Amino acid sequence: MAQLKFRDKTYEVGDGATVLDVLLEHGQEVPNSCRAGVCQSCLMQVVEGEVPEQAQKGLKDSYRAKGLFLACSCQPQADLAVSLPDAAQLRVSAEVTGIRPLSEDVMELVLQTDAPFEYQAGQFVTLWRDERLGRSYSIASLPDDDNGLMFHIRKVARGEFSSWVHEDMKPGDRLSVQGPAGDCFYIPGQPDQDILLIGTGTGLAPLLGIVHDALRHGHRGRLQLIHGAQHPSGLYGHETLTALARDHDNLIYHPCVLNAEDEMDAGIRQDTVEGLVKALVPKPAGWKAYLCGDPDLVNKLRKQLFLAGCNMKDINADAFIPSTPADRIG
Amino acid sequence: MSSLYERIGGEAAVDAAVDVFYRKVLMDDRVNGFFDDVDMDKQIAKQKGFLTMAFGGPNNYTGKDMREGHKHLVARGLNDSHVDAIVELLGETLKELGVADADIQEVANIANGARDDVLNR
Ligand SMILES: Cc1cc2nc3c(=O)[nH]c(=O)nc-3n(C[C@H](O)[C@H](O)[C@H](O)COP(=O)(O)OP(=O)(O)OC[C@H]3O[C@@H](n4cnc5c(N)ncnc54)[C@H](O)[C@@H]3O)c2cc1C
Ligand code: FES
Repeated sequence: MAQLKFRDKTYEVGDGATVLDVLLEHGQEVPNSCRAGVCQSCLMQVVEGEVPEQAQKGLKDSYRAKGLFLACSCQPQADLAVSLPDAAQLRVSAEVTGIRPLSEDVMELVLQTDAPFEYQAGQFVTLWRDERLGRSYSIASLPDDDNGLMFHIRKVARGEFSSWVHEDMKPGDRLSVQGPAGDCFYIPGQPDQDILLIGTGTGLAPLLGIVHDALRHGHRGRLQLIHGAQHPSGLYGHETLTALARDHDNLIYHPCVLNAEDEMDAGIRQDTVEGLVKALVPKPAGWKAYLCGDPDLVNKLRKQLFLAGCNMKDINADAFIPSTPADRIG
Repeated sequence: MSSLYERIGGEAAVDAAVDVFYRKVLMDDRVNGFFDDVDMDKQIAKQKGFLTMAFGGPNNYTGKDMREGHKHLVARGLNDSHVDAIVELLGETLKELGVADADIQEVANIANGARDDVLNR
């Protein structure tokens, strides 16, 4: 059985257990959220030994080179000594410069980082309130936008981070930014490829960045953008996108809701996102797709598009996987 | 003489085959129950490993890995009929990609060679 060393203590690693499982089980505080190898809030560093390949999946090369790995995805096969990385070398601090509601439950947050921050439109970062609490959010702005990093943050009932944003945050507050990560971004080079962009709720945030980026690169293929929400009030990008689509012939915006209302705009359809996708693009072979938001829907759509003929490598997905409740270990 | 793996087209052929093959598997009611409700990225990586092996390419599968990797599926009822179906879908995939019949047969033989390990017999 492999041994795991952390802060002068040595633990036995049970069959199939991850580094995160073992440390949490023994009462060690290790930040984490998705526990699915996506959000990168559980980064740790190798002190001695080697981690399996899976533990570094999706990490940028500079992180790998430092021996950083995801504790939630690391099942040690041999003895391993680990530490929590020095936050200062991974994160840049930032100041809240703007905060305003976009809808009943979505807040727009704008940050100005203390040092230049490079990213691709559509990637995500992990925002840290303090050493303990980090959550991932997709970037809605463009890199050369001088106004700073923009996020759309949905209020989650009793959510630690989102409640802070929605209830207490004000300009001047400070937090730190780690990343960027993720491969949901526009890749220039195929200007005539048709692109399907599908987001539910705040899944719209990265899609806005990607759409702007594509338009800026002079993309000529169709950009079919579907935004799904429960109610019309959740379509918080409705005015912006309607206007943007008016200015760009190849951008087609499809707002859709599960629950229609009498007063709603005539352009809004009542349909499931899956149904709308099937009707709009019955044969997605050759299309590129970006799927962001609710994990169940993202996975469903991935399968649906793949089975309908879309290449797996043309499907980019960012599932907004929520945190695992702290009391659930293993 | 070139190897089977080279004749089929090596890694590029694996990349081309994996989407076609995995799509067939997911659409086939005889076997898709075993592939449901799993991470698609992991599945694609696994299918690539399987195709590379079946094409006679470089791989480090051992009989023990095969046994371990399929134990839980055998417990769920995986049997010869499912292996038959997979070999059949593999053949269809290669036919669509224009692989010669003799090479398809050779791939089927390799895949069938793993049968006892896969079924934990
Ligand atoms: C790659 C990535 C990108 C993301 N981008 C965004 C974004 O752009 N905008 C955005 O608003 N969010 C985004 N998220 C989600 C975000 O990281 C947080 O999970 C979310 O804001 C809730 O955090 P919290 O601290 O407020 O709630 P927590 O304190 O983490 O959660 C409180 C409780 O609610 C549960 N819970 C939280 N969310 C859900 C949910 N959706 N469904 C069911 N149960 C839930 C948790 O399991 C927990 O029990 C993203 C997530 C990932 C992985
Ligand atoms: S990546 Fe490990 S907790 Fe999210």
